[in-house]
Amino acid sequence: MVEWLIEPLTYSFILRGLAAGILASLACATLSAFVVWRGMAFAGDAVAHSILPGIVIAYMFGFSMFIGAIGAAAAAVAGIGIISRRRELQEDTAIGVMFAGLFALGILLLSRVAAFQDLNHILFGNILGVNQSDLIIMALIAAVVVLLVLLFYKELLVTSFDPAHSVAIGLSPELIRYGLLGAVALTTVIAVQSVGVVLVLALLITPAAAASLLSKKLSKIIILSIIFSLFSTIAGFYGSYYMDLSSGPAIVITLTLLFVVSWIIAVIRNRIQAGKG
Amino acid sequence: MPPEANQPALAVENLSFRYPGTTKNALESINLTIKPGERVALVGPNGSGKSTLLKLILGLEHLRTGSIMVYGHTATSCRHRVAIVPQRAAVDWRFPVTVRQVVMMGRYVHLGWLKRPKPSDIETVDQAMEMMKITHLAGSQIGELSGGQQQRVMIARTLAHDADLLLLDEPLNHVDITTQELIFHTIEALSTAGKTAIISTHDLGLLPVHFSRVLFIDRTIIADGAVSEVLTPETIARAYGFEFHGKPEEKKWLNG
Repeated sequence: MVEWLIEPLTYSFILRGLAAGILASLACATLSAFVVWRGMAFAGDAVAHSILPGIVIAYMFGFSMFIGAIGAAAAAVAGIGIISRRRELQEDTAIGVMFAGLFALGILLLSRVAAFQDLNHILFGNILGVNQSDLIIMALIAAVVVLLVLLFYKELLVTSFDPAHSVAIGLSPELIRYGLLGAVALTTVIAVQSVGVVLVLALLITPAAAASLLSKKLSKIIILSIIFSLFSTIAGFYGSYYMDLSSGPAIVITLTLLFVVSWIIAVIRNRIQAGKG
Repeated sequence: MPPEANQPALAVENLSFRYPGTTKNALESINLTIKPGERVALVGPNGSGKSTLLKLILGLEHLRTGSIMVYGHTATSCRHRVAIVPQRAAVDWRFPVTVRQVVMMGRYVHLGWLKRPKPSDIETVDQAMEMMKITHLAGSQIGELSGGQQQRVMIARTLAHDADLLLLDEPLNHVDITTQELIFHTIEALSTAGKTAIISTHDLGLLPVHFSRVLFIDRTIIADGAVSEVLTPETIARAYGFEFHGKPEEKKWLNG
């Protein structure tokens, strides 16, 4: 058993892949509770898709994929802000317009420059393609995201629950919202490597969705989300190594199974409580 | 910022406001002064600008025409002195926070960035929960509570906030009688201690019992004064925009 677990880790590129997956799932899970409970699922998915043209442009001109992705994410978030500020259109409409437009641009560019295999890696992740410098950037981004949530926990809590009160005490709910969208964009950028553009949403939503079935306290939801997310990443990673599965879908399927188990536990627990009452 | 002596709690001058993208003013030429310790009911039909006025005082909407001063300072420079209990729909009751966490949010303005609550903050929160009789609910998720209990939590948060000007936007909707009495009792105690409260409400029957002053608004001030002077069939009719015919059988009802 131990040998079975250790064997893949003797290859440095595989070890890097595992580290990359763990960093991405840690950052995503930390934000997951806020994305779920603030109703930002659509915004998170949109940001994930919007970074595609940035990645392709970086690939075309040979600079870091992260810089391209962060640039595209910033453009998407700013675009959403500018369109929805005028109040003529609902925010989700603004998100939808940016999301589809940028994703289409990304696909168009990609079809010009890259082979099908590259498309496959960007859309569905390639956990084993991580190099040393990528890993350093990923670690930095993950550290920044986790630190931001720890530092601004109070502010996130109060702006989520009651924006009017947060204005009364001098906080800007808008600023916190854009900060959170920015953090989602950053985590998306690092998660693309392990699960790909299309499935990033699962890392942002499913951990807290499952955890929220088991607890109603935000700090517990965040801790459970991190546990679920790390477990799924490691399980998906071994599945991908031993069964030759694509890493992204393997991670997401494990997470989804954890959600189903949580759902069943919640249903049974409610039955027992109803029986007692 | 220290309070300036003999300053009104709230002074609004020549305030007009229009929401972006609309053609009609939501508020028009509002002038009013409220002294410390006053308990003011803000009354008017839906869409009359009650909430808008409270949002402007708080800084939730940006002032363009006119001025709002809180204790002699421009409203936005005076954050720690104004507390709000927002309309029920403005709060995300499903968000996973406990009753204790919500009441602690009243202390946030005193904590500053990155700081954890001190023992004195925890004590203030305990006292506020005690006063609103919600101590036994401290660990519950806010969404599991009844409407009345939720509103008690918001009042407890206002107590913990320890502000001087309290804005309550329809705090009595969906609230049981016991809670209603508890809320009024608390507000009366606060105003005796020198705090000022502005409470928007639809319930005209409450006015004679609980308020020292009534402000009828419908985009502009229709009537302003002591309850006995203001609560006449004519002003109610003007504020709510229907013609009062003065039939004796109607007068009986309208005069309460």
